[in-house]
Amino acid sequence: MKRALLLLLTGFSTYTLYAQSAVQKRYQTELIMAEDGSTIQLDAGTFTFTGSLSLQDKKRIVIRGKGIDKTVLSFKGQTDGAEGLRISNGEDIVIENLTVQDTKGDGIKTMNVKGITFRNVKVEWTGPPKAENGGYGLYPVQCDNVVIDGCTAIGASDAGIYVGQSRGIVVKNSKAHHNVAGIEIENSRNADVFDNEAYENTGGILVFDLPDLVQKQGGNVRVFNNYVHDNNLPNFAPEGNIVASVADGTGLLILAANGVDVFNNRFINNQSMSTGIISYLFTQRPITDKTYYPFATAISIHDNVYERKAGPPTSYGHYGELFKTILKTGQQIPHIFHDGIFDPATLDQNGMPLAGRRICIRNNKNQSLINLDAGRDFKNISRNATPYDCQLQPLKAAIVNTR
Amino acid sequence: MRTYLLGASLLILWLTLVSWKTTAVPEKLSDYGFFAGNLANQQPAADVVPYTLNTPLFSDYAEKLRFVKLPPGQSVTYTDTAVLNFPVGTTLIKTFYYPHDFRDPTKGRQLLETRLLVHQPGGWKALTYVWNSDQTDALLEVAGETKTVQYVDGQGSTRQHAYMIPNLNQCKGCHNRQEVMTPIGPSVRQLNGNLVYAGAASEENQLLHWQRTGMLTGMPALADCPRTPVWSKPETGSLNDRARAWLDINCAHCHNPQGPAMTSGLNLSYRETNPTALGILKTPVAAGRGSGGHAFDIVPGNPDESILIYRLHSTDPGDMMPELGRKTVHTESLELLRNWIKAMK
Repeated sequence: MKRALLLLLTGFSTYTLYAQSAVQKRYQTELIMAEDGSTIQLDAGTFTFTGSLSLQDKKRIVIRGKGIDKTVLSFKGQTDGAEGLRISNGEDIVIENLTVQDTKGDGIKTMNVKGITFRNVKVEWTGPPKAENGGYGLYPVQCDNVVIDGCTAIGASDAGIYVGQSRGIVVKNSKAHHNVAGIEIENSRNADVFDNEAYENTGGILVFDLPDLVQKQGGNVRVFNNYVHDNNLPNFAPEGNIVASVADGTGLLILAANGVDVFNNRFINNQSMSTGIISYLFTQRPITDKTYYPFATAISIHDNVYERKAGPPTSYGHYGELFKTILKTGQQIPHIFHDGIFDPATLDQNGMPLAGRRICIRNNKNQSLINLDAGRDFKNISRNATPYDCQLQPLKAAIVNTR
Repeated sequence: MRTYLLGASLLILWLTLVSWKTTAVPEKLSDYGFFAGNLANQQPAADVVPYTLNTPLFSDYAEKLRFVKLPPGQSVTYTDTAVLNFPVGTTLIKTFYYPHDFRDPTKGRQLLETRLLVHQPGGWKALTYVWNSDQTDALLEVAGETKTVQYVDGQGSTRQHAYMIPNLNQCKGCHNRQEVMTPIGPSVRQLNGNLVYAGAASEENQLLHWQRTGMLTGMPALADCPRTPVWSKPETGSLNDRARAWLDINCAHCHNPQGPAMTSGLNLSYRETNPTALGILKTPVAAGRGSGGHAFDIVPGNPDESILIYRLHSTDPGDMMPELGRKTVHTESLELLRNWIKAMK
């Protein structure tokens, strides 16, 4: 009898390995058949899926669970699809009140959606942070009018909340922790990132511009009122990805972005680089994209609070030698790093960037900064704040139209 | 009260059935009349024409039978820059199957699914019909299915693996140009090869056949028609041409500037001439753990350090490419691509 039961159980598990669960079929059918303007209600409970769920070519759809941790879509053991939930080519889509767990690839990917709102959504990889976790938690790409509100992202091996190649973005009231990057705005325009908490990631918030992409020249990004703390997690991103080069202990890193306004944030206990401003040249990756602009210009860092515990910075990977060089001077690691690489075309006769393209750093509590002069092999490393003591025109608030 | 409720629910049921009926598509493959005689024999009806592609998409070693049905009296106009522009009313039919024994077709086969691309006035529509276990008919399936297949492969080994039948959304995951559902395979260059037609003694070039039977108009001399090499036949093209042909049909439906993978900046269509866009010393963008720890998509001379090889070799859904429809490793094409990268300077 026992043996029969055992056989029955093994038979059953083989079956469930290959066959779709009834709930997967039910929800996927609903997503396919949904009429524009309808709401798809997900029940409370934990539901296991072996393949991605997807919604496409729809307008004015709400996908609504019963709450974070109440409606849990688990993709543990996923065998098909590169993400948990995928939404493509839509308009006015809302995803709210649910949790997506343990996807093999990205958590929720939305592409080519005009008007996408994530509200009270959690994406997480359970267990300790590891390279096998999926890349992005919330992943809108090439979208317009993106709102991420009250969301949580945990354990992504790239970025927890990642907005890429999009336009018109608000990320607010959200938490990101135990990711490589907490929140990342990449090749995107007109973004406001505020009232978030990014903690215990490798890097808290990243604003990046990368080459070879369809949408280049991100910018007009405002980062304010965020609490960015204790981002000292050892980097666990797979090599090859740009975030694998982020040093643990990074609060905010601006890479080759143009027009970034950073104010009223608290950068606390980010032990190596509370705020970094670097050009793509600093990464020493090759650039073949002739239309790519690799410099960070028009950056304003003001009215933020900087604090950290005494002690050594990370000695991790790409930045280890750099920190050693700085430490040789016998001084403390500064809070704000600038690689010192300017676009030669924007410099005036005195070697200073033109007024609208400068990097301005002032009025920060406990401000300390360093110019690495990386473009000239770190020859004239300087802690002189005077060249950065300036003010840029405030950026306009991001205008986002969603339901 | 109770009768009222019963009446209301019956009314709702009736309304549902009526609305279903008006928008319904045939539920059975047999409803279409695409095939003559026993459906499982897949003998095309008089107005249904079989075709093959020179270098097809790899689908876990499944074999495919392809057919086209044009609307009565209509034809396709020649164009060789993209997939042929089939008129509204066209249906493309593709049946997936596994021979029980790849070494001996007489041992029979298991039909799995028949996919249709139907060109309606509003655009192409994808439908999937799943074959029943008796192999008497195939039924419409909206939400997809996963089956287990077992067969003896070309080397005589018994293989068993999962086989995924896509849901309707997943069809568009590949059949997608600027968010418009589009066929992938039947282009002039892919059709420019031979086929033995029913009742014919010898093989005939498909383009010439289509021209002769009035299916294709405006065709130039055959010698002027482009031709995709057969990826596995060195006599049909150089190493580079065969590798590019394989990447074009297997990857470029997403990896093109109008496809779903445009976000990556990687373009694997045969027309691409920019080495970085083709992946050569290109850094990944959103590969995540799909990078396999490598710095570049393609490292000339070094397939083992190339992300492209890593992702084609993986069967983990978080790493692998294509993202869907592959449970096995296509050893033979990997060999081709490895040699292609090895030969790069």
